[in-house]
Amino acid sequence: MLLLGTLVMVLSACADNLPRSTLNPVGENAQTIDDLFRLTLWIAAVFFVGVNFAVLYVAIRYRARKGDEREPKQVHGNDALEITWTVIPALILAVIAVPTVRTIFELADEPENALQVEVIGHQWWWEYRYPDLGVVTANEMWIPTNQPVFLSMTTDDQDVIHSFWIPNLNGKRDVVPGRVNTLSLSAPEPGVYLGQCAEYCGLSHARMRMSVTAVTPAEFDAWVAEQRAPAEVDLDGDGWGLFLDKGCSACHAIGGTDALGGGLNPGPDLTHVASRSTFAGGSYELNTENLRAWLRNPSALKPMEPDVNIGMPNLGLSEDEIDTLVAFLEELK
Amino acid sequence: MATLTPEATEVQEPDEHGSRGGLWSWITTVDHKRIGLMYGGTAMFFFLLGGIEALFIRLQLAVPDGTVLTSDQYNQLFTMHGTTMVFLVIMPLAAAFGNYLIPIMIGARDVAFPRMNAMSFWVFLFGGIFLSSSFFLGGFPDGGWFGYAPLSTQSEVIRMDFWALGLLILGIASLAGAVNFTTTIFTMRAPGMTMFKMPVFVWMQLVVAFLLLFSLPVITVALFEVFFDRNFGTLFYDPAAGGDPILYQHLFWLFGHPEVYILILPSMGIVSEVLPVFSRKPLFGYQFVVFAGAAIALLGFGVWAHHMFTSGLGPVAESAFSLTTMFIAVPTGIKIFNWLGTTWGGKISLKTPMLFALGFIAMFTIGGLSGVTHSVVPADTQQTDSYYVVAHFHYVLFGGAMFGIFAGVYYWWPKISGRYLSEALGKWHFWLMLLGFNLTFAPQHWLGLWGMARRTAVYPPDIGLETLNMVSTIGAFLIAVSMLPFLYAMLTNHRKGEPAPADAWDGRTLEWSVSSPPPHHNFHEVPTVEAIDDFWHRKYGEDEEGRAVRIATIPEPERFTDAYIHLPSPSYYPIMLAAGLVLAAYGFLFGPIGIPLLIVGALVLFGGIFGWAQEDPDHPMGDHDDHHGGHDDHEAETGPVEDEAGAAEGETAGDPEAAEVVEGEDA
Amino acid sequence: MATETAVHGPTGTDGADIRKTAMWGFLGSECLFFGSFIATFLLYSDETNGGPGTEVFDIPFTSVSSFVLLMSSLTMVLAHNAYERDDNRQLRIWLVATALLGTVFLGGQVFEFTTFYAEGLRMDVSPFGSAFFVLTGFHGAHVAVGVLMLTSMIILSRRGQLYRHRGMNVELVGLYWHFVDIVWIVIFTVVYLLQV
Repeated sequence: MLLLGTLVMVLSACADNLPRSTLNPVGENAQTIDDLFRLTLWIAAVFFVGVNFAVLYVAIRYRARKGDEREPKQVHGNDALEITWTVIPALILAVIAVPTVRTIFELADEPENALQVEVIGHQWWWEYRYPDLGVVTANEMWIPTNQPVFLSMTTDDQDVIHSFWIPNLNGKRDVVPGRVNTLSLSAPEPGVYLGQCAEYCGLSHARMRMSVTAVTPAEFDAWVAEQRAPAEVDLDGDGWGLFLDKGCSACHAIGGTDALGGGLNPGPDLTHVASRSTFAGGSYELNTENLRAWLRNPSALKPMEPDVNIGMPNLGLSEDEIDTLVAFLEELK
Repeated sequence: MATLTPEATEVQEPDEHGSRGGLWSWITTVDHKRIGLMYGGTAMFFFLLGGIEALFIRLQLAVPDGTVLTSDQYNQLFTMHGTTMVFLVIMPLAAAFGNYLIPIMIGARDVAFPRMNAMSFWVFLFGGIFLSSSFFLGGFPDGGWFGYAPLSTQSEVIRMDFWALGLLILGIASLAGAVNFTTTIFTMRAPGMTMFKMPVFVWMQLVVAFLLLFSLPVITVALFEVFFDRNFGTLFYDPAAGGDPILYQHLFWLFGHPEVYILILPSMGIVSEVLPVFSRKPLFGYQFVVFAGAAIALLGFGVWAHHMFTSGLGPVAESAFSLTTMFIAVPTGIKIFNWLGTTWGGKISLKTPMLFALGFIAMFTIGGLSGVTHSVVPADTQQTDSYYVVAHFHYVLFGGAMFGIFAGVYYWWPKISGRYLSEALGKWHFWLMLLGFNLTFAPQHWLGLWGMARRTAVYPPDIGLETLNMVSTIGAFLIAVSMLPFLYAMLTNHRKGEPAPADAWDGRTLEWSVSSPPPHHNFHEVPTVEAIDDFWHRKYGEDEEGRAVRIATIPEPERFTDAYIHLPSPSYYPIMLAAGLVLAAYGFLFGPIGIPLLIVGALVLFGGIFGWAQEDPDHPMGDHDDHHGGHDDHEAETGPVEDEAGAAEGETAGDPEAAEVVEGEDA
Repeated sequence: MATETAVHGPTGTDGADIRKTAMWGFLGSECLFFGSFIATFLLYSDETNGGPGTEVFDIPFTSVSSFVLLMSSLTMVLAHNAYERDDNRQLRIWLVATALLGTVFLGGQVFEFTTFYAEGLRMDVSPFGSAFFVLTGFHGAHVAVGVLMLTSMIILSRRGQLYRHRGMNVELVGLYWHFVDIVWIVIFTVVYLLQV
């Protein structure tokens, strides 16, 4: 009873303090899933109450009493009852099965006129590519509110399985090396929807977070224009020199420069890194202090294994070098 | 041998045969009861270990951005918590009950292959030590209990080799145990005990043995492929070469889902024994409960892909597995309703075993119902790999399997030790555990629905997960506290426990017809069985209203010595074989420097197999005067002793050579 | 009773040979073991990763070695017949023949593996290679274990220590041997014949 009470209370809980809740669906997909879940849950709740009430009832009603010497009737079974409690649950399950199968097929369809985004899972950050728009970014996906989004997701061959999960917008879908899995999202209301990698992917799985930022079409177009532009880099400055000296460009690309990134241990594209609000697998706010801490010892913020080409090594930078590089990065708007 | 300590409590109460005491007699024992006790003691030790791992996990998660553990330590602990609880706790606890009880419940003197049985235990014990010792040799495995490739094949460090090799070793123990149990149940039942007169517990153990026979080879293949990828350069799971990680998932879950039923069915069997005794009514719908168990097992092989609903199987496969998964709820429901039917209208005695059995029904139902929500694929894509699923399977495996096991411990302990476990302490144990369990795991349903992903060492502070995580951690410590009265009652049982008669609970099945503790040979005379719950029907009839009436009082059985009963001799070859196997495994893992160890291990292993093959299973190994008696073909010389005449039919057969089973699996 | 058990070996309550029950259970388990490896192979039959594929198979050669293994089942049956008749001399002759045929098969496999390696089909070049060698290798290991058991049967029989009532006997080894043969027929069909 206590559990049920809490259940009702919690299901009706308001959205404000639970930004990652599956129970606050946004958009058609998440809403369909939530409706189906609630239907199942209420049916389950009936059985839950029935069985647990029966257990309590039996324990109280049929408890052996002092002085009662009579033995109970030796009932060995009842075929009619057996058939009843086989058929009725089967019928109820059939009732759940029909919308389930329908929804499975609905959710698998690619929506018409969708914005295409390629999602690449890395240990331990997300890369997003907008093939039709020429935009590459990391961890924070921007989408327009007026258009469904169709994600094609995979990883590099030497990476591992991840799972893309924005609870407000849709269920999760695994991101598997050597395969392309798809998922569609839509967010009719502007907002920032948080997510977390949902398949255990090694050391810093917990810090592999992401978000989807839904904005109005106009804002989205402005964002795209900004992201497409090459970086404004002072090629004679100390920052750029240091960036090259320390080998940053081996892993990180900066659009419009010689820094091509990629390689065996790819890092996020930094062309417009300062336009993002988080970094390090979406788990730290992007600000001067955090960037400095990161450059001082990246694995202290997000444990990584650079010795086997997974994640950012500690470059052993001096404080001056850190200041220079942070200033350089903060210019990459 | 430090890990044997928890058994010491049981060792102190072996039985009345002083001559059979001593460590050596335990090392060489082939007695199914002693092997069962050693299984139980070892598994309880690992339960405490796995519990401590869980407490560290909960400490880390008590507050956001926890700093108790590093990510690396956290990943090791959740991997070992899962691996330990599944492979080193619940499976061996089921084996413990099966070992101790199957022969007694079917009226046999031992299992079919006593030496192979001893080997299963030693391989399990050493395999468990092998797996856990990784802690001192580079860290626990850290790829999750499910070891998904390519994460499990990718890392260079030795940890996941320990995991793969450890599970392969434990698989040998389980496979040999499954062969043993199926053979015992099929061929060694007392005269008159047809399959449909067997206790439901024995039925469920039979079903589990079949599940093991057909699912273990599949994970064996998956583990070999991972192990070969890691050590011999094969490319089974290298996506760059065209390897497919999804194949691993299919193989793992083709084992993994039957495994869930391997874990829960023994407890369903236990509960099906406990409920009738404490309701003083027969099990409602015996055949339906048995068929439901078999149906669950069969369907259990057709639902594995519901663990992969987010892997991208495509809508057709997802729909198919969704339907089979829903369908498996039907036989599960049948069981629950029949248990309720058993208690309905009974005369309920709320002793500790019954409390745990009723707790099992209530908690398992919750786990079963949340399981139904997983069969709804779209909902599952929100729930899987979140704390919702963590809550779900803890309701099944803790609220279900472990509660059932505790019901069994309290129920059969008086048979094992001759003394009841304290009722008062037992009630504290039950109520604290029930409260602690629900405090720990009920909130996790909501944590999962609120977006908390599984296997994450930290979660952010601003997404509303603080309160319930703290509640969950408090609950976990309450579970730990609830174990204290149990452990205290166990440790003091031989002094403080109230003496129990042979028929400790006015029981229904054959084990209650023999003395507590049972004599080494179980049955002085092998019983002839006429009905389900044969022992009950020797005591009670039914009046015209259908109420039970006592028709006979069974006198307390005499405590026979074993002097005239032919039993298999003790043997040290099983432990030798197991030790050799595990030594070789250690040797293998440590490359060039391990080669001497590998050679020594292989020599010990083959020495064990060779000695085993040469050994006459009935030839006295030492001066155990209670183990003389002839080999089948010596019987004429030894002379039929008076007891043997009546017992010859059900006599424990000599242990046939089992070495080929080991070799075949080992090759 | 005593003579009964001496003939039929350890029996359960109803007279069934418990070792045979156990062997059947074990072999049932083995079916899934080989089944899983065969499934792996089928999935990877085209995943040659740029290396050689099924074109390196030499069907005539493998047909001959498969025939050799099939014949060993025949000699095993003859051995079992002799065993039933208590004809120890014939028994040993046919056991030796079975072990020899098994060894010839293994020799053929070693030759085949060597040839494939020379032609570039290796365990570590492609999932196809991995699946092929691990599947057929595990089968070969089973044949080798069978040959070992046959050899110990022969030695025990010479020493007059081949008892029916305990340990492995000819019947159990026969069961195992026939099973390993049948598995090979499946492997030969699925891995070799259906792939080229």
